[in-house]
Amino acid sequence: MTADMTLDATTRTAALALGDDALVLSHRLGEWAGHAPVLEEEVALANIALDLLGQARVLLSMVGDEDELAYLREERAFRNLQLVEQPNGDFAHTIARQLYFSTYQHLLYAELAAAEGPFAPLAAKAVKEVAYHRDHAEQWTLRLGDGTDESRERMRRACGALWRFTGEMFQPVAGLDVDGTALEAAWLASVTAVLDRATLPVPEGPRTGAWAAGAGRQGLHTESFGRMLAEMQHLHRSHPGASW
Amino acid sequence: MATAAQAYDRTDTAGQDAYERAFDAAVAADERIEPRDWMPDAYRATLVRQIAQHAHSEIIGMQPEANWITRAPSLRRKAILMAKVQDEAGHGLYLYSAAETLGTGRDELLDKLHSGRQKYSSIFNYPTLTWADVGAIGWLVDGAAITNQVPLCRCSYGPYARAMVRICKEESFHQRQGYELLLALSNGTPEQHAMAQDAVDRWWWPSLMMFGPPDDESSHSAQSMAWKIKRHSNDELRQRFVDICVPQAESLGLTLPDPDLKWNEERGQHDFGPIDWTEFWDVLKGNGPCNEQRITQRRRAHEEGAWVREAAAAYAAKHGNGTGEQQA
Repeated sequence: MTADMTLDATTRTAALALGDDALVLSHRLGEWAGHAPVLEEEVALANIALDLLGQARVLLSMVGDEDELAYLREERAFRNLQLVEQPNGDFAHTIARQLYFSTYQHLLYAELAAAEGPFAPLAAKAVKEVAYHRDHAEQWTLRLGDGTDESRERMRRACGALWRFTGEMFQPVAGLDVDGTALEAAWLASVTAVLDRATLPVPEGPRTGAWAAGAGRQGLHTESFGRMLAEMQHLHRSHPGASW
Repeated sequence: MATAAQAYDRTDTAGQDAYERAFDAAVAADERIEPRDWMPDAYRATLVRQIAQHAHSEIIGMQPEANWITRAPSLRRKAILMAKVQDEAGHGLYLYSAAETLGTGRDELLDKLHSGRQKYSSIFNYPTLTWADVGAIGWLVDGAAITNQVPLCRCSYGPYARAMVRICKEESFHQRQGYELLLALSNGTPEQHAMAQDAVDRWWWPSLMMFGPPDDESSHSAQSMAWKIKRHSNDELRQRFVDICVPQAESLGLTLPDPDLKWNEERGQHDFGPIDWTEFWDVLKGNGPCNEQRITQRRRAHEEGAWVREAAAAYAAKHGNGTGEQQA
């Protein structure tokens, strides 16, 4: 597949950012296969991973060859949020990451679907999938937060640990015509409401920092990401030029 | 619903013979036995054992393939593989539900799997060493499973037969995907071709063992045939599988690792070499390359997930909704 050259450079940069978010989170969710806490979650997590992978393929194909982009770029060329590359941790960490990201993605895609830009067709389809992802994460946040003492403590820790990666979502992205301030307010209201219902405290730490602000979007990632890419890319890179 | 067999009143001991005759007549007439019909205890126990082993095979079988999800060499292949592993989880769900209709719940069956009291297919005790193994599993292992399972769509027990209809459709999709993966490798670079051949060399004999021991050594076969749980003998199905695979291997441009494999004009079937049954029994006893690894991972996932299941149950108890298992 070749890049859609009718798209301008900033649109392609934005497609890369959104595509990398979906690609990387899909990969992390794929790591759960065979390890989920209950059989229904094997199905659900794989389903979310597959939706995201489908989105990633559409978005990356707007930029160039999907496999070249996924398998042959170096770490510093990836434009995904640091949030989505965070290791799965326990189930609470995976759910907290999903709650934060799906809430953001749902708000963003709803806005992109309503506008008439280059992302409208994809966003219109994806927003329906993401509504399910968000609902899944919310339902689990309620159960873990308002379940047992242990689950509550694990969920509280997970929400706190990932909080500092959430500010990056609202940094401006060239080519994405959305109001970051309004998006952030809506996100905070939504996440706060879910945490309240789950009897969980809203984390207090900073949501941006020296390293956090827009860093993933600029190609600065966290340590575990390089290892993730090494695993993801090794087979493809071992056979240059081969078709699969 | 089997017309002759009706809901069984256990206090009516005098009527038991009549129920048994009705059951036998329903089986003889190729009618389906349904959950509320009377059935012999041994029939129920045989079905629970077989369905459980099948369900366990689906969920253990996720492991060797999931081993390659994070390394799949293209996004298209990654999507296909993830969907396949997800299907296996789905098959596990239908099958545990089918077993539940016989009065044995999923928790009890999982306990038996984790404690080694119930088995899963030995094929999953072999490792997936290269990407081509994903293709070989699809082509050979799913191919053997389909050969075994298509007749189960006509099994006398209704819920199992119906679950198998859907499972077989998905399995045949997986089988074609595996074949297509191997075809791409076989027609690819010399390294890719060699990878495909190596995988077929390693998976061929274990796939033939999937049909179980030879007919004269198969302990459960005769009764299962009489009950129409099983429709064809192990050796019959194995022969059918070999005859299907030979021309497919030729189309793939790959060879099967058996010097004795050749067409027998007289029989109208292929002859093939002796199977190493010592290896089969050894793997079954727990000495395969991955027995320990597979069951350890399964137990660990279950144990590490205990707090999640407990949370869901506690939430359901507080709020009176949700079952603790089926979320969102």
